[in-house]
Amino acid sequence: MSEKKKLRVATTSLAGCFGCHMSFLDIDERLFPLLDLIEFDRSPLTDIKHCGPCDIGIVEGGICNAENVHVLREFRKSCKILIAVGACAINGGLPAQRNHLDLGSCLTEVYLTEPGLAHGGIPNDPELPLPLDKVHPLHEVVKVDYFIPGCPPSGDAIWKFLTELLAGKTPELGHGLIKYD
Amino acid sequence: MFSCGTSVVPSLEPILLKHGNDAGQLLQILTDVQQAFGYIPPEAVNRIAAHLNIPLARIRGVASFYSFLKLEPHGEYRLLFSDNITDRMLGNQSLLDEMCRQLWLQPGKVSEDGLVSIGLTSCTGMCDQGPAMLVNGRVITRLTPQRVREIGDLVRRRIPLEDWPAEYFVVEDNIHRAGPLLSNPFTPGDALRAALGMGEAEIVDAIKRSGLRGRGGAGFSTGLKWAACQQAPGSEKYVVCNADEGEPGTFKDRVLLTRQANWMFEGMTVCALAIGAGRGYLYLRGEYRYLLEPLQDVLQQRREAGLLGRDILGHAGFDFDIEIHLGAGAYVCGEESALIESLEGKRGIPRNRPPFPVTHGYRQQPTAVNNVETFCSAALALAMGVDNFRAMGTEKSSGSKLISVSGDCARPGIYEYPFGVSVQEVLDDCGAVNTLAVQISGPSGICIGPNEFNRKLGFEDLPTAGAFMVFDDSRDMFEVARNFVHFFAHESCGFCTPCRVGTSMLKQTMDKIAEGHGTRHDLAEVENLDLVLQTTSHCGLGRTACNPVLHTLKHFRPAYESKLKSLDFEPAFDLDGALARARRMTGRDDAGAHLKAEDV
Amino acid sequence: MSHTFQLDGANIGFEPGQTVMQAALAAGHYIPHLCYHPEFKPHGSCKLCTVKVNGRTLASCTMPAEAGLEVESNTDELNALRRTLVQMLFAEGNHFCPSCEKSGNCVLQALGYDLEVHSTGFRHQYPDRPVDASHPEVLLDFNRCILCELCVHASAEVDGKHVFALAGRGIEKHLIVNAESGQLADTHFSVNDKAMAVCPVGVILRKEVGFSQPIGMRRYDARPISAQALEDAPRVPAGDSHE
Repeated sequence: MSEKKKLRVATTSLAGCFGCHMSFLDIDERLFPLLDLIEFDRSPLTDIKHCGPCDIGIVEGGICNAENVHVLREFRKSCKILIAVGACAINGGLPAQRNHLDLGSCLTEVYLTEPGLAHGGIPNDPELPLPLDKVHPLHEVVKVDYFIPGCPPSGDAIWKFLTELLAGKTPELGHGLIKYD
Repeated sequence: MFSCGTSVVPSLEPILLKHGNDAGQLLQILTDVQQAFGYIPPEAVNRIAAHLNIPLARIRGVASFYSFLKLEPHGEYRLLFSDNITDRMLGNQSLLDEMCRQLWLQPGKVSEDGLVSIGLTSCTGMCDQGPAMLVNGRVITRLTPQRVREIGDLVRRRIPLEDWPAEYFVVEDNIHRAGPLLSNPFTPGDALRAALGMGEAEIVDAIKRSGLRGRGGAGFSTGLKWAACQQAPGSEKYVVCNADEGEPGTFKDRVLLTRQANWMFEGMTVCALAIGAGRGYLYLRGEYRYLLEPLQDVLQQRREAGLLGRDILGHAGFDFDIEIHLGAGAYVCGEESALIESLEGKRGIPRNRPPFPVTHGYRQQPTAVNNVETFCSAALALAMGVDNFRAMGTEKSSGSKLISVSGDCARPGIYEYPFGVSVQEVLDDCGAVNTLAVQISGPSGICIGPNEFNRKLGFEDLPTAGAFMVFDDSRDMFEVARNFVHFFAHESCGFCTPCRVGTSMLKQTMDKIAEGHGTRHDLAEVENLDLVLQTTSHCGLGRTACNPVLHTLKHFRPAYESKLKSLDFEPAFDLDGALARARRMTGRDDAGAHLKAEDV
Repeated sequence: MSHTFQLDGANIGFEPGQTVMQAALAAGHYIPHLCYHPEFKPHGSCKLCTVKVNGRTLASCTMPAEAGLEVESNTDELNALRRTLVQMLFAEGNHFCPSCEKSGNCVLQALGYDLEVHSTGFRHQYPDRPVDASHPEVLLDFNRCILCELCVHASAEVDGKHVFALAGRGIEKHLIVNAESGQLADTHFSVNDKAMAVCPVGVILRKEVGFSQPIGMRRYDARPISAQALEDAPRVPAGDSHE
């Protein structure tokens, strides 16, 4: 058993709040047995900037700008299994609450008409990623293999999901662990 | 036609009076208001609500259900292009574009001066003489670029519709093969006299013996239906004729209503005698409004001839009369329980069954609902003798059937055959060559390819309500299916989850494939949606809405696969397009301001 | 002849006039449902309660119970269909549970939990449905409406007010308010109306009362909807059960 090659896992947060990552850390001391099974590639935990070939990619947050698209595509290409974690990744979540507003009027409101924006202007630095007109869940942009719902899903839910998946089962959360809020 | 300043109230009173101030006539009242004002003004909604003592939200609910009713002005001239696949094949899309150019207008918008709006409408039943359009509800056939330019000109000059050239409105019968239904040698009253010589039970027995089955597609035994109605307890019974011929590609009832209305009414009267009904309704689809006055004339002639009204043909106590109700653009009302809801002045939502209309129909009373052709056939069977009728056709499909042929053939129109005719025979008769596929019985029916052209029309093999759309080998069957998917999404009543959401999702996925962004993943989604629609929908509309896709996938899968990307997955939306707004706002156009399609 | 039918192999007794759903719930057998409410005439629109009867799929809430029926409900095939229907409802509206006061007490959400629906699957429609905050005590958030019509019937049949109705067709179908302005403030709606209580999702909400129950204390926190629905259902005395 201990001889077994560790699975390589990458994680990232796109249009999210890192809350799902915090919740992931809520598995607490179970991180140690988990680390017997996996090792981390790109992740806020490792500070690796680009995702290499991985077994599992865990993505938090939805898609609200061009950079999100690039990162998500990189994850999809590099990871055998892609897991969307949390409300934002699954249905757009809080950032998607802007979807019924016109992007132009959002930018105008924020950068041009708000008081106190002397010499304001809509930022046009090519370094900045452009926002999409609407926020989208991950599965509308790439194929997603699994979803762990919740805002955020609890550490217990993430633990159960991952351990079942690593054990080769189709993960089920069950009452108390599955939640959308 | 209308102006905003004047009060609508004075013109409302006669409309309300005409319909007996009856909330059950709400749809008919709204149709008349629409006709009078070009839309249903808020003032009229309030007035009708107060007058009939019903919630105004109910009026808004009903008005917003039917495509031809509008709660906001949509132009003095409302131009609706018929959008069946046969209209498409005859070039309706470029004619619509031409009309938009002529009138400087986008589809779906009302011109700023309130003069005109241009849009699409579901099949108008003119497939043998399309492309067709409706102008303020009146049908115009055989559109050409020339005719479109003329119409644009008439609209701009605000010429009243009554003064437009009469040839625009000509609807041909295009009968290419007549049988006993169309060249009926009997005179009005013959069937009724035969029926009056029998008892009520005998009439029902005779109809059972004739083997007559419903011509609307489902093929239920007419005799059994009438028997159930006859035996059902009820204070009042009703006969309803379903002339809501909405199935795309079907126009045989149009010709029967034009040529054989007397026989249809005679069949309804025989039915009334058999089941003990005092009142009948003809539910006429809004697209056939031009037939309303001629039909009313036929009813009047029948009253004068003693074939309708009190003591019919001198039989004391045999009282029966028929009223015509107009539909207002809702395919789902062709479903009999939705039709009854619509007759009752409501949104046309199919009811939960049981109970069935034969026991709890119009106003919860026993009601026999039959198709136009069924009533004509019932009258014919009695006039010619049920054994003679039964001798026609096949064992399980007696009598003859009207087929409406359209699409790629030399002679589109109406063909009457005894049941049992093969698809190939029809193709030969109508002059179809290089035929790739035939859509039998409309989008909700089945699509067959050449290896099945030896199959026979009839309940034993290929049941049909009459549509027969021919596609030759120049046609893309994926596009045919996509047109039908759009039709179902537009016509879904929205009552049940699978049909309301599923038809709409199916439309989006088919559009994605058409735009070149489809993948195997999307094809799998189409198949999943088909399954949900087919197994969980509330009524036939949803359960058959997936048929066009299922059948074309079965026979013409390459037409789908050739459009798919080699990739597993493509985004559900145009990624680069989704950045366009931000590019405009920031004035950026650098490489980072674009998202390229992914190369995998 | 005994009044029983088979549901997933169990004998279910029924009273004449009961539907398959009513008889099943009364006998302590759960069939997933959303638009069905025991106090109202079955509506049959959500189709979550679809079962297979002698090989045909139909809604169990409107299907009259008949002796000898063989009904399948808790099968992989039917639960997969139900999962898709729940996904369709989530994709059709704007259901953002973290900001919804009904979260934890919501029937749609609870069904999603019980059926292990992990994602919407479909393309989100993100329809634009402005809220109606005109009423001093009640907020209408149409984003979450699943068109079950319970409020329409409750307002008409119990409250006698006809405050709600449906308008539009197909995917455009939506809930409207019976006032010339279209606003709830211009109706006689009151917080004590049955229509207020009957909404299974978070459309009709009391203002100034938000998130009053802590997480853990909400209706579906303690037990899944499959257990809660049986708790709520009118039960037959144990002796009458034909199991």
